[in-house]
Amino acid sequence: MKQMKEWEGFQGRLWKEEINTRDFIQENYQPYDGDESFLENPTEATDKLWGILQQLQKEERAKGGVLDMDTDVVSGLTSHGPGYISEETKDLEKIVGLQTDKPLKRAFMPFGGIKMAEESCRNYGYEPAKELHKIFTEYARTHNEAVFDAYTPEMKKARHNKIITGLPDTYGRGRIVGDYRRVALYGVDLLLEEKERDFDNCGCGTMTDDVIRLREEIALQKKALKGMKAMAEIYGYDISRPAENAKEAIQWMYFAYLAAIKTQNGAAMSIGRVATFLDIYIQRDLEKGILTEKEAQELIDHLTMKFRMVKFARIPSYNQLFSGDPVWATLDLAGIGVDGRSMVTKTDFRFLHTLENMGPSPEPNLTVLYSSDLPENFKKYAADISIRTSSVQYENDDVMKPIWGDDYAICCCVSATQTGKEMQFFGARANLAKCLLYAVNGGVDEKTKEQVGPAYMPITSEYLDYDELMAKYDQMMDWLAGLYVNTLNLIQYMHDKYYYESALMALIDTNVRRTFATGIAGFSHAVDSLSAAKYAKVKIIRDENGIACDYETEGDFPKYGNDDDRADEIAVWLLRTFLEKIEKHHTYRDSEPTTSILTITSNVVYGKATGSMPDGRKAGEPLAPGANPSYGAEQNGLLASLNSVAKLPYEWALDGISNTQTINPDALGHEEQERIQNLVRVMDGYFDQGAHHLNVNVFGKEKLIDAMEHPEKEEYANFTIRVSGYAVKFIDLTREQQLDVISRTCHKAM
Amino acid sequence: MKDTKPTGRVHSLETFGLVDGPGVRYVVFLQGCRMRCQYCHNPETWKEDSQNIWTPQALLERAWRYHRYWGPDGGITVSGGEPLLQIDFLIEFFRLAKQKKIHTALDTCGQPFTKDEPFYGKWKELMKYTDLVMLDLKEMNPARHRTLTGRGNKNILEMAEELAGMKIPVWIRHVLVPGLTDDKEELLELKRFMDHLGNVEKFELLPYHTLGVLKWAELGIEYPLDGILPPTEEEIEEAEKIFR
Repeated sequence: MKQMKEWEGFQGRLWKEEINTRDFIQENYQPYDGDESFLENPTEATDKLWGILQQLQKEERAKGGVLDMDTDVVSGLTSHGPGYISEETKDLEKIVGLQTDKPLKRAFMPFGGIKMAEESCRNYGYEPAKELHKIFTEYARTHNEAVFDAYTPEMKKARHNKIITGLPDTYGRGRIVGDYRRVALYGVDLLLEEKERDFDNCGCGTMTDDVIRLREEIALQKKALKGMKAMAEIYGYDISRPAENAKEAIQWMYFAYLAAIKTQNGAAMSIGRVATFLDIYIQRDLEKGILTEKEAQELIDHLTMKFRMVKFARIPSYNQLFSGDPVWATLDLAGIGVDGRSMVTKTDFRFLHTLENMGPSPEPNLTVLYSSDLPENFKKYAADISIRTSSVQYENDDVMKPIWGDDYAICCCVSATQTGKEMQFFGARANLAKCLLYAVNGGVDEKTKEQVGPAYMPITSEYLDYDELMAKYDQMMDWLAGLYVNTLNLIQYMHDKYYYESALMALIDTNVRRTFATGIAGFSHAVDSLSAAKYAKVKIIRDENGIACDYETEGDFPKYGNDDDRADEIAVWLLRTFLEKIEKHHTYRDSEPTTSILTITSNVVYGKATGSMPDGRKAGEPLAPGANPSYGAEQNGLLASLNSVAKLPYEWALDGISNTQTINPDALGHEEQERIQNLVRVMDGYFDQGAHHLNVNVFGKEKLIDAMEHPEKEEYANFTIRVSGYAVKFIDLTREQQLDVISRTCHKAM
Repeated sequence: MKDTKPTGRVHSLETFGLVDGPGVRYVVFLQGCRMRCQYCHNPETWKEDSQNIWTPQALLERAWRYHRYWGPDGGITVSGGEPLLQIDFLIEFFRLAKQKKIHTALDTCGQPFTKDEPFYGKWKELMKYTDLVMLDLKEMNPARHRTLTGRGNKNILEMAEELAGMKIPVWIRHVLVPGLTDDKEELLELKRFMDHLGNVEKFELLPYHTLGVLKWAELGIEYPLDGILPPTEEEIEEAEKIFR
């Protein structure tokens, strides 16, 4: 058993025998069930730094979304000297470290694809260095190049027609959460020692492909750990040893995260479940009398400020998919331990309090791991913050805990992984609404008229026959599932090979469990279209070539989102069927296949590429986001809609089922306390039924319209709204997406 | 009495009612009302026939789907239209609800109330299963009440007295229409009446709004309050002072 002087006062044994952050947390944290009255306001330093940062953000927006960019340095752990929010105030920064040498300056990251890195520069008026172009086209290969070299014609066609879409073949896959806490708890040298041991024990000497690959990966991880130390040294810190106080613990942990975002520009770069962990250090310092509450809050505020500054250079097509410049720096709060104790600590309050001290913000993506058994005081405080800032999302700890234990983290917008034990292969989504149209048209795309899927017999009757449609849909989904999984296999292989996440994987057990995340787009439209075929009369409108291009639906039919079992059972069937088809196929590195119903803001782009549907949705209109019911389909109020979504079993969509709802504040109750209480009830009721995720927005339509028309107003500078799985500043959305958000149902009572 | 089960004619169902009684509530809007309030924002609920028919059992099962959201204070509210027009249905519906210990609230204008039988006996039966009555008092002065709603208010005030006698908790609601129901003397009279009752737990002053105007046009009825604007913040404040 190891003994380090920095661990003085900490309890427990197992975490000293092996790398085991969870055991450390469980042995040492102090649950808090009091209220928020202990919280402190921002310090002068916080106000000052945040003021400077807000000014920079304003300049960034004025310059078209990017403040500054690197054009001749490839981002790496030690590629840049130290950077501060501003030179003059650097002594005020309690937690330091930037992605580049200047705040909000975007790094040049070519390993995902040199074309994309260059395009993102040029898009904002910067010219990347010629030398780098030469290196990454003539001497080095990138992930993107390798994927496109290996794609089959069928894959390219399916991708081009957007039946599989949003694939991480032009950007980093992200969604891996290193256990950044390990650096604080153990220091880098102990972690290196463990990786050395793993390296020595890797394989029996017979060099099979998997052993060779793993040995190379461990070698890269060790290199990354050494690089992390060098990176911290640039800022004057020695992270080879464990952190000895709260400030160091936060700084060490942040350095580990900084290593991740300096080397990877993944679609989601989540932080993980750090609040309970950090609270142990803060609590120890408070008890020793070497830290005050004011100082503790300042540390959390300054850390959060850093998370608010994370930026990546993106290309326009990426921005269309994931609008508002998100990084999914997801940070998880609360939850309940396996032993039944609440994991809410004072630091969970402190993180929520950053939204008061520094105003609403989309990042970090604060996520409450919810259970109706959480302390009432915490539930109320979170609801209060939600009502005031619309910046918090909720995920059901009661359904995740049995699967992932009590130390999982949200690795993207809504997907869970066990911290330090697992990684995920992110795989975007298949458009099941479009697939239904392919079933009708025998694999011909309704927009491009290309033969994309297999040329099965199309439906030739005037009216849709439910049984015939189901049989053909089933067949077409078989094809889609196979093609989709194999496309992802190829992408993940190349990502491992050319853009391996060594700094993140260095903070995960060598013997890692891998999940293979697939996803569904167009869910509600596929469900309602099937319901229309079953319960109403759907006439097929065909173009001059006999291709179905529109539908006329006569009569009423049940729609998903009304707690009507007739429609909701179709939804449950569709989810299960798709998952089963995915599970039939071999998945890369024997990863465990999962699926999700979450589309983020990409529902707008996906909708553009999808023709008219039998449910009444017209060609080009946005798809409903995630697992949300379709626009206008909900006729029985918010709770009926929530009940429909809650019927989808989480076990069949372990990668997440996202649901975004907007509630008019007037409808939530007349008085503040009433609103808080009512929102808590809504979440208790929803999650107690086993639902997975809820984004809560509280504002009226009028505010959205005003913000769209007058983005220059001061009050809208930080106006944050929740969209599928993350939060954005409303004024950063494209006008199209703003209109989409506005058109979605605002739930208000009659 | 017929021994067939009473069924309810429903106008609409709202799963997420937060302003019709305490907490989160399942709100049943019944079809049919015989008042003709000039400011009515649900004129489509006046006519008494409906295709949307529910048995008390089926409707309760429907509502029960939402019990997890109710917590200790929420429950079911029956509103309308005028729910007391369907008292047989109501009695059965609330009786079943109380078997499941659901909090029941009745949102009524009291117009059908009478001490004549058979109504009175049924009403007393209904009150056994009612936890809260939300009573709209539109006007205290009988003549003005008649002008505003097309009906007198003697029986309505009588019902309020009955509820006081039975010590059933009551919330009083009053719609504030500028120039019509905001006379200071009238409001004072209302205040005195409520104080005298002694069972009023809450008073809600509801500022008149014009969201219902379109519905009148859709139904082809002339809107009597055309041109009247919602009360200003100051007017609301002024009226609220009286009730503090």
